[in-house]
Amino acid sequence: MLEQVEGSRAVADVVARCRPQVVAAYPISPQTHIVEALSDRVRAGDLQDCTYLMVESELGALSACIGASVVGSRAYTATASQGLLYMAEALPNVSGLGLPIVMTVANRAIGAPINIWNDHSDVMSQRDCGWIQLFASSNQEAVDLHVQAFVIAERTSIPVMVCMDGFVLTHAVEEIDVPDQQAVDSFLPPFVPRQVLDPDEPITIGSMVGPDTFTEVKYLAAADQLAALEVIDEVADDFRASFARESGGLVRGYRSDDAAIVIVSLGSVHGSICDAVDGLRSEGLAVGALAVTCFRPWPEGQVTSALARATTVIVVEKAFSMGSGSIVGNDVRLALADLGATVFTAVAGLGGRPVTADIIRRLVADVRDGELEADVLHFIDVDRSVVARELAERRPARAGREAIR
Amino acid sequence: MLSVAAFTEGRHAQALPTFGSERTGAPVTSFCRIDDVGIRAHEPITSPDAVIIQDPTLLHVAPVLVGTSPDTYVLINSSRPVEDLGVEPLVSDFRTGRVLTVPATELARQHIGRPLPGAPLLGAFSALTGLISLESVATAIRQRFAGALGEANVAAARAAYESVVQPGTRFADA
Amino acid sequence: MTITPRELYQIGTYAAGNRLLDLDQRSVQAHGDRTNSITSGHRACQGCGEVLGARFVLDAAMRACDGKVVVSNSTGCLEVFSTPYPESAWQVPWVHSLFGNGAAVATGMAAGLRAQGRDDIRVVGQAGDGGTVDIGFGPLSGMFERNDDVLFVCYDNQGYMNTGVQRSGATPASAATANTKALGAEPGNIFGQGKDLPRIALAHEIPYVATATVADLHDLERKVAKAMTFRGARYLHVLVPCPLGWRSASHDTIKLARLATESGMFGVFEGERGDVTAVSPIRRQVPAEDYLRLQGRFAHLFGEHPRPDIVARLQEQADRTIARLGLLGAEPHDHTLEV
Repeated sequence: MLEQVEGSRAVADVVARCRPQVVAAYPISPQTHIVEALSDRVRAGDLQDCTYLMVESELGALSACIGASVVGSRAYTATASQGLLYMAEALPNVSGLGLPIVMTVANRAIGAPINIWNDHSDVMSQRDCGWIQLFASSNQEAVDLHVQAFVIAERTSIPVMVCMDGFVLTHAVEEIDVPDQQAVDSFLPPFVPRQVLDPDEPITIGSMVGPDTFTEVKYLAAADQLAALEVIDEVADDFRASFARESGGLVRGYRSDDAAIVIVSLGSVHGSICDAVDGLRSEGLAVGALAVTCFRPWPEGQVTSALARATTVIVVEKAFSMGSGSIVGNDVRLALADLGATVFTAVAGLGGRPVTADIIRRLVADVRDGELEADVLHFIDVDRSVVARELAERRPARAGREAIR
Repeated sequence: MLSVAAFTEGRHAQALPTFGSERTGAPVTSFCRIDDVGIRAHEPITSPDAVIIQDPTLLHVAPVLVGTSPDTYVLINSSRPVEDLGVEPLVSDFRTGRVLTVPATELARQHIGRPLPGAPLLGAFSALTGLISLESVATAIRQRFAGALGEANVAAARAAYESVVQPGTRFADA
Repeated sequence: MTITPRELYQIGTYAAGNRLLDLDQRSVQAHGDRTNSITSGHRACQGCGEVLGARFVLDAAMRACDGKVVVSNSTGCLEVFSTPYPESAWQVPWVHSLFGNGAAVATGMAAGLRAQGRDDIRVVGQAGDGGTVDIGFGPLSGMFERNDDVLFVCYDNQGYMNTGVQRSGATPASAATANTKALGAEPGNIFGQGKDLPRIALAHEIPYVATATVADLHDLERKVAKAMTFRGARYLHVLVPCPLGWRSASHDTIKLARLATESGMFGVFEGERGDVTAVSPIRRQVPAEDYLRLQGRFAHLFGEHPRPDIVARLQEQADRTIARLGLLGAEPHDHTLEV
């Protein structure tokens, strides 16, 4: 049913309809509204046969999910930012053990300096931990991705992070169609664990694996990750068939088929980019957008084919690799290595700074005017006067190419 | 509640609060978009068609009217008329009838018993702009607050609405 | 031929001869249907107190719960020597996740089972002292305060033996470890540090807290069985000598555990909801020195340059434990009749 509702509440509602048996969470902004609402659902009896655990830390939250999952229960948690980092030790443990836990990450910057607002530095820091990472471009997609996430996780035995922009989506009140219980039930079958601790059939989970076998275990995990791409795609197809709307999948283009310039992004900024694309199209520019919904595993083939006709690709990302440069942009570059498109990488929206359609339009203009170099990470919304003053104070001017712009 | 009222009328709407380390009483900003087509962007509004100012003292200390045009509606919570607020230079460029005060806090005290001006401001907004109906505002209020509290808020909104539309008010062209 | 009257205990061990007891009073290990929760073939050291403790604890838990036990095991010796892939010594459902999160995993297992309506399956979490008192303390304290339905067992060998014998928050004062060597004026581990987790557990007012050692295995089994009669958070702290880390003879493991209790260096007690309810009194007090002398980690107190001053300080610690718990003069508690 279409409702005018806060993103967090809609996510809590749909998660409740996915019938988790254990929800374990530790409060951190901007995830709180989601787990508070889930606590309400459990207390009020709307979500039955579910234990809600108020744990002592995020490590405790994810660890409790591990325990719940190994006894065969569907487990869910949510976090953000520092909380995700506090879970960091357990993240590869979950994927290594093959536990289909689903977690919402209400994307937020990581400190220092402490900052509670949105960017993607939290999940990007954990991009190699073996979890599937799905990014919601809208609250509708955030809701839909949760239903899909449980299916994907349980079908592949790989845990899934549903990444939704903190505050920007979690606290926005919008019209959202939250699938009802019956629809969710028919899409998401009951959890059948691949491995379970059962006194009638004792097994050992979490053995120590030595140099003689470790590589093979990791190879198989890597193969499973890549195989999951197909499952993610299938589940999105099934979702479209059941719910009659596009959500999830690997990548989604907007007016990109015939576009010479395509702007690639993750998360909610895709909305403003689409608005910018419409504006630029009305001015006669062949511009399009590509939302990367699935960032891990990296859908290289789909990215390559989606951008095959573009001559200019601009990657807008809300995180970067300190001391190195672009994160998403580097993956895109590799995907386009054989195609000859010029790839520009731009960081914007760090720590909650809004990325507006105007900024995107200016970015496209700068690229067209040859103002930006390719192969360099550009901070497109930085206050140049502030950083120039600081840099002048702290070190003498240096010869040579600067790594960032 | 404004976005819910618009949604009730079958329009597309979006409310975006902004968050910080503010505690109760500090200045805060929220945004609301209302459109006839689906809303994709989640960025803050930089050129508003209407501004609701819950505390008139902000006019002196914050750039609350940045991005406005002479056509922008400005609704100020105050029991004094605009002329008495000492903000003439700020509002002189707006078209006649676009800037209005409403005693929302007083009306809230009167009807709700607490100085919470939200509902009466929405009632006044409905009257000032004609963008949403008072009935939709009432529906949104009742969705948010159940029972007697909801009715008290509706009464406050209605009183604010009527204080704006009654004959003899200042906007001949509203 | 003269007939010598048979004592009910054997000199040196104080352990009642199993075969003289009625079947229901015998050790769980005396029963043919014991689980062998951790079975032979694992890679623990000779004389490992931890594996002995774990076997008795889990077999007793299995017996008390009709074989319906699932186990969470924190990283440590017990985990490493028991599960070198593709082998496993565990005959019980067992999971290892991380070092510091064992109690939280156990919490999740209990929550998951509750959600499934499987209250018949009981959860045991187990860890060494590092995984309990140091890195695992936060989740454990959380498990206690929420009163999650878990029996958490700490096998305390007083140091990080798995990583090469470093000091933990449970290492006794003056003990030499890899990072508290017998160097300087205050050789070994520092006085005035460390934490007493059984008393911290008691302060959480959880249903049941007990200490035990591998010197009195019958007492250990009884405490496990008793813990399983409670719902909610329970804590069992078992002293398990480590020949490697203590630099003691493998055949002295039981003897050392007994000397630890008989000297007062380790107090054995039970508590319920915040109060101590019973203690294991010292039957024949021995000086702390008798306990210390058998361990290479205290050799610096007795060598060429003996440190009677430090021995005296350790004796003071033992005396304080004895006084606090009333270990001298308390009535012996006939445990076997309670089983």
